Amino acid sequence: MSAKVLTITSGKGGVGKTTATANIGAALAKRGQKVACIDADIGLRNLDVVMGLENRIVYDLVDAVEGRCRLNQAMIKDKYIPGLYLIPSAQTRDKTAVSPSDMIRLCNGLRSDLDWILIDSPAGIERGFKNAIAPADEVLVITNPEVSAVRDADRIIGIVEAEEKGSPRLLLNRLDPEMVKQNNMLSADDVVDLLAIHLLGIIPEDKAVLISTNKGTPIALDEKSLAGQAYRNIAQRLLGEDVPLLDLDKGSGFFKRISSVFGSGEKQHG
Amino acid sequence: MQAQKFEVKGIKNGVLVEVKDGDWQTQEEAVLQHIDHNQGFFEGARLVVDVGNRALKSPELASLRNALSDREIKLWAVLSTSLVTEQASQDLGLAIKVDQSLSEPEKDSINSLLEGDEAVFLKRTLRSGHKVKHPGHIVVLGDVNPGAELVAGGNIIVWGKLRGVVHAGAMGDTEAVVCSLDLSPTQLRIADKISISPPRKGKARPEIAQLEDGQVTARDWSKFTKK
Repeated sequence: MSAKVLTITSGKGGVGKTTATANIGAALAKRGQKVACIDADIGLRNLDVVMGLENRIVYDLVDAVEGRCRLNQAMIKDKYIPGLYLIPSAQTRDKTAVSPSDMIRLCNGLRSDLDWILIDSPAGIERGFKNAIAPADEVLVITNPEVSAVRDADRIIGIVEAEEKGSPRLLLNRLDPEMVKQNNMLSADDVVDLLAIHLLGIIPEDKAVLISTNKGTPIALDEKSLAGQAYRNIAQRLLGEDVPLLDLDKGSGFFKRISSVFGSGEKQHG
Repeated sequence: MQAQKFEVKGIKNGVLVEVKDGDWQTQEEAVLQHIDHNQGFFEGARLVVDVGNRALKSPELASLRNALSDREIKLWAVLSTSLVTEQASQDLGLAIKVDQSLSEPEKDSINSLLEGDEAVFLKRTLRSGHKVKHPGHIVVLGDVNPGAELVAGGNIIVWGKLRGVVHAGAMGDTEAVVCSLDLSPTQLRIADKISISPPRKGKARPEIAQLEDGQVTARDWSKFTKK
């Protein structure tokens, strides 16, 4: 086995890097893959919270890098899914505690036992981001259909290309088909047109995501959730399976169905 | 323009200034004055100065270097056929040879009319945070996204969507033009005039922007060619 290192990054904060890391990790592990999620946001750790593993932390990323523990001691087993692990970041240190070459060494030490290493990048383009992309075989850029998030994604794509990591793939998070239809939100086409990179998946706006991250149970395991379905599709595409992107405009498409669900839900409340 | 005291060219990793014959003090002053007038263009540049066969000593080169660094410009190399000058630049840790590949493409092409008409060609998407400066023309085959910036001494042509900031005629050429298939820049400057895109009605069409009576004016490309 030799794991593929996938870094999830965005530039802007709050667009869903951590949620995406936890859910893609869960969806991949659910399909029998052995996955480690690394929280590279040293000083502001929260991947452990989203994965519901906060109370199991003994050693963290900085301990592993500085040799205070063995690598596998810093790997926390997931509660629900076998084959899913978390390497949490340190809460008490800052980004300078780890260097890009430390991250490359760490990932190389993990590769032989795993299928995937997912790295949750911090926001920004400074040291923490550099740490997160240094070991990456592939970069996923996540953005929201929002002008400022797309602008930052564009900047990040430029930097990733300059680092010769290849063209990153795009995740569009929190798309609200109803708002797009009313011309109040950028459409997937608008975003892809500007960023000009391959679109790996679209995750629809879904209140269930917030509930699941608060509970620490991945939405990707919720068979009824549409966002969960989107994450499962993304995992399948990462495994090389050909799952069509669901089209908003086609009458029989996936998003048509979501929008009608949203529509009826709102009517009940109103 | 008055008798040229020097010539500015874009090269691979910086800007080359070829200083013509004449008293060094006067020439140096003229170069610095030119730089002060075109701050936006030179700021942050790596400068290569070709002094020809002049024999310059370390103090003269050091004073040039300091004057440039006061203006946020790095003196990268001094080119000269004089051994004295070469020795002095090496003493100061300056390079004495650089790759001039972009500045010399027409060396063998006999046509002197081409002089000053160099262009860079970029076949790629220019993304937020990218900045391209060139003393000649800039041609982009691809989109220029918001947050990207193009600064050209000459014209700018974007075969794609232009949404970033562009500055044509950055060294004062009021005849410079900006063309694009979709001309929607964040900001468009020609020489010292600054403008922003008016909202567009309908579909994007190829347009050309230039100065008309001192105002930046964009026209439909088809109407421009009929003139």
